[in-house]
Formats: sequence, structure tokens, C-alpha cells
Amino acid sequence: MNTSILDNKDFWAGIFLIVVGAGAVFIARNYTFGTALRMGPGYFPTVLGGLLTLAGIYLVASGLKSGEAIGGNWSLRALLLLPLSLLLFGYLIDRAGFVPAMLVLIFGSAMASTEFKFVEVLLFSIFLTALCAAVFVYALGLPYPLIVGL
Amino acid sequence: MEIFDNLIFGFSVALSVQNLLYCLIGVTVGTLIGVLPGIGPLGTIAILLPITYSVPPVAALIMLAGIYYGAQYGGSTTAILVNLPGETSAVVTCIDGYQMARQGRAGPALAIAAIGSFFAGTVGTLLIALFGPPLASIALKFGSPEYFSLMLMGLVAAAVLAQGDIVKSIAMVLFGLLLGAVGTDVNTGVQRFSFGISELSDGIGFIVVAVGVFAIGEIISNLGDPEERRIFDTKVTHLFPTKDDFKRSIGPILRGTGIGAFFGVLPGTGPAIASFASYMIEKKVADDPSRFGRGAIEGVAGPESANNADAQCKFIPMLTLGLPASGVMALMLGALTIQGIQPGPQVMTMRPDLFWGLIASMWIGNLMLVVLNLPLIGLWVKLLQVPYRLLFPAIMAFSAIGIYSVNNSSVEIYLTALFGVVGYICMRLGFNLAPLLLGFVLGPLMEENLRRSMLMSGGDPSVFFTHPISLAFMIATAAILVVMVAPAVRRRRGDIAG
Repeated sequence: MNTSILDNKDFWAGIFLIVVGAGAVFIARNYTFGTALRMGPGYFPTVLGGLLTLAGIYLVASGLKSGEAIGGNWSLRALLLLPLSLLLFGYLIDRAGFVPAMLVLIFGSAMASTEFKFVEVLLFSIFLTALCAAVFVYALGLPYPLIVGL
Repeated sequence: MEIFDNLIFGFSVALSVQNLLYCLIGVTVGTLIGVLPGIGPLGTIAILLPITYSVPPVAALIMLAGIYYGAQYGGSTTAILVNLPGETSAVVTCIDGYQMARQGRAGPALAIAAIGSFFAGTVGTLLIALFGPPLASIALKFGSPEYFSLMLMGLVAAAVLAQGDIVKSIAMVLFGLLLGAVGTDVNTGVQRFSFGISELSDGIGFIVVAVGVFAIGEIISNLGDPEERRIFDTKVTHLFPTKDDFKRSIGPILRGTGIGAFFGVLPGTGPAIASFASYMIEKKVADDPSRFGRGAIEGVAGPESANNADAQCKFIPMLTLGLPASGVMALMLGALTIQGIQPGPQVMTMRPDLFWGLIASMWIGNLMLVVLNLPLIGLWVKLLQVPYRLLFPAIMAFSAIGIYSVNNSSVEIYLTALFGVVGYICMRLGFNLAPLLLGFVLGPLMEENLRRSMLMSGGDPSVFFTHPISLAFMIATAAILVVMVAPAVRRRRGDIAG
């Protein structure tokens, strides 16, 4: 199979595991390893990280052999917009209040859809924010200011 | 009979107004998300976990369980009516169920699915009541080595039996165990992998991982391949199956229940495997296998019973041993922990109201589903018209509020975003994420029991092989590995998956 290395599923799966596993071993070198009798805080993570790295090496090898493609599409738009909307929500809810945080989150998430319609989403964001404010802040009494400084 | 006393006690708990109400909420929400493709019980339960903080433990568990088995019902409704499996467990039901609907027999198909599920649910309830207490009393005698071996067996079985590549599943278990190690080490107080972030010193929040991976990651993935929506035009006229339908369905329902119960207690096997197995067997034992795929009622009755029995019996290892056999059960364990209840065999003796109340509520919930759902089918199907482009931002909003409400911590929101990305990347690379959650839940317990065992034995690992019960688990673990990794079985797994 002539899959490009960039689209090789198991190859990247293996790389992912190696990064996580080797990273864990690297960080855990600062924790006492201990002995089998008295395991230190580093024992368990180091062993796990080592096993993950081994699994990663195996997958890289089998990926290079089989060449199975990842296929499908990376939904880059959603992959960027959804986490970004969450980050903004987290940033805004402490500083600006519940309402702006919700509006940004809902509107920002909705933009990730390819069927995004500006007016519909705007109205929907306002409706849902009002609904959530009514349910969570008024009815359930969560202690969040609707708008900071108001 | 003690079991009847226990069940009656359970019903007295489950029949309280509050618990009935939470049961009703649970099965209604479950049916709703079962009908809607793109959001499953895992994501929903994860999102709703924070709400359960303020609810008494019994009611919380009853509601979450209701979502879980309610989703199975909802999933089969859309499978039959619009050939759209709301849940993976209903994929098989599409084959013959949708054909029946096209022949104008949607009513009987729905009714048989409901009756089969109800029967299987009843048997499942009885099985838990029968096998729960003896299992728990054995488990109460477990020491650290036994627990470690049991968890090892559970994790290996979960990884090996899960769909997809075995190495990748095992890797996800390991990754989950590693995530479980984040935070303060209980024995020494050392901060591990907390990168100086004070929010991480108690470990990564269970809800953060669950919502990130199963709600956010799933949405990103759904937006990547938008599925087309079919327009619903089937009319459900007469609901009642004919005498012939009943006669044909009894065998498949009984066999399906047995198959589902068997797969149910095995870790790692989702309800999809049980329903597949049931469908294959029904096709094998049928006089005229060619009817299958053209609207054979056996092809609905068997798999639908199997997936419900499976769903119900998944509770046995969770409630008696504290061992989650699936992603949803890991969430249930998480819910118990959030409520301050240490999962394990002692739950049955320390919180009998919880154990027996939950069991009884499952039977009541199944009854509610039959009684409430059949007349409401039209309403559920209408819900399919809610466009996903509005549904997913709402899910995002509920997820964010849910997580933030736990600790009022922005950092946990940021972490959820991170886990959403990690979850999506893992999905794209062919990793199955349920084993990750199992590893994450069991990680701290497993490390604790490993360290304690080694202290007890003076650093000699043979302790796992000299204690007879532990040895049995170890042999079982080895057997699972040998059998499942054998190439022939691997090939067959490929066939089932494909």
C-alpha cells in the first residue's frame, strides 16, 4: 500500500503513544522509583510509561508494514472552534459573567457546523442563554453573576 | 426466601415518590438520547454527573441507570422506524426491523422489541438479585492481592474483548491508568504530573475526562462526517403482534436473554456484540434462514432481548465487585465515588437501600418504558427533526455549565477542552476510548493494591500466584489473552466488526 506517512493510521497512533509514554517516563524520573517491596511514587508511572512506549513502537512498525490510511476528513473547523469556545467560556465566566460566557460558547460552537446560519444561531444563542440563566442561576441557584459589574 | 425479602425491600425503596420521579426522568432522558443519533448514554451520563451531587445517592443512581437502559429502547425505535440506529446496540435491529416497517409491520416490530426487552430486563433483575449477594460475600474476603488480580483480569478482558485492535485497546487501558496517577501520591504526598497546577493536586476530575472524551470529542467527530437525515414517513398503525408473531418470538427472546446475560457479565463486550451474537444464532437455528434480512420478526426479538439483558447484567460485576465492565459502568462507579460511597462488595451490606433499590427500580423503569413509550412513539420520532446544528451547541453549553458547577474552576473547563481534543485524535487514530475510562477509574485502586500486596509479601511478586483466588484470576487473565490473541479468533473478530 502506498499510503503517505502523513495519513498512516497506526504510524501516528504509535507516535502518539510514544510521546505520552516517553513523556511520562521522562517526567517521572524526578519521582522516587523505590523497590518492589517499597514502591516509590515513580514506580507505577514509569512502568506504565515504558509499556506505552513499547506499544507505540509496535504500532509504528505495524503501521509502516500495513500502511492503513486514517481516511475520512479531519474536522479541523470543529477541532479548532469547539475547544476555543470552551476556553473562552472558562476565561469569561470568571471575569465577565454567566451571560457573556454562554453567548460566546454557544455562538462559537455553532460556527463549527458547516450548516451555520448567522441569524438562526444568534437567536438560538440568546434563547438558550436565557433558558440556562433561568434554570441554573434562578431555579437551581448556582451563584454566578449574570454580568460582572452589573 | 431471603431473595424475596430483599426484593420487597428494594421495591419499597424504589417506589418512593422521589425515586419514582428520578426513575421516570432517567428513562425519559434515556429514550430521548437513544432516539437522537450523535449523543449516546456515555456522553449524557457524563454531562449529568455533576447534577447528581445535589441528589441523594439512591435517586442519583436510579436516574443514571434509567438513562442507560432507556437509551437502548430509544435506539431500537429509530432503528425500526427510520433505519437509523440511535445507539450501536440497535445496529442489528435495523436489518429486519426496518424491513418489517417497510412492509407496514412497524407496530408489531416495536411491540416485540419492547416485550423482548422487558422480559430480558426482568430476567436480568432476577439474576442480579440471585448472584449479587453470594458474589459480594466472596468478594468481602478479598485482600489486596486478590483485588489487584481481579482488576488486572477485568482490564485485560475489557481491552481484549473491546471492538478494534487489541494492542490499541491495551494501550488505552495503560493511558487511562497513567491519567489516574496524576495528582498527589497517597503514600508519600509527592505531586505527580501536576505541572504546578494546584487544581491537579487532587487528580484529574473524573467528570472532566468523561465529558471531554465522550461529549466534546464525540461532537468534533460527528461534525467531521455529517450524516444525512432521512425523512420519516412510516406510519405506525396497529401495534399488536399476531399470534404467529408471538409464536415465532418466544424462542428468540429466551435465547437472546441467555446470550445477553452471558455477554453482560464479561467486561469489555458492548451490547452490540450480544445482539450480533443473538442475530447470528437465530439465523442459524431458523427453518428458513432466507427470511432474515427481509423482515423476520425473530431478527428483532432476539437481538433486542440480548442487548437489554446485557445492559442489565453489566451491573453485576459493578455492584458486587466494584469492577466496571463497560464505559457506562465506569461512570456509575464514578457517580458512587462522587456521592462518597466506596464502590465494592461492602456496598450491599452498608447500603442495602442503594443496592436493592437500584435493582427494583430497573424493573420498574423497564415497565415504565413499555407503558410510556409505545404510545409516545410518534413524539419521539418527531424529535429526529431537531437539527444537529442546534443540538450540539446546546450539548456544549450543558457540558460547560456541568463541569464548571462542580468546583467553580475555569481550569477544569480548559482541561475538558484538552481532553476533547485528545479524545478526538484518539478516535481518528483508531483507539477505542471506553478502555481508557476503565483504566482511569481503576488506576488509583490498582496502584494502591499493588503497593500494599508487595509490602505484605516483602516484595515478592509470587504473592499473586500463591493466594488461590488470586491465582484463579491470574490463570483466567492468561487464558483470556491466549484465547483472544490466537490468530484464528482475531480473524473472526475482524469478520464480526466488518
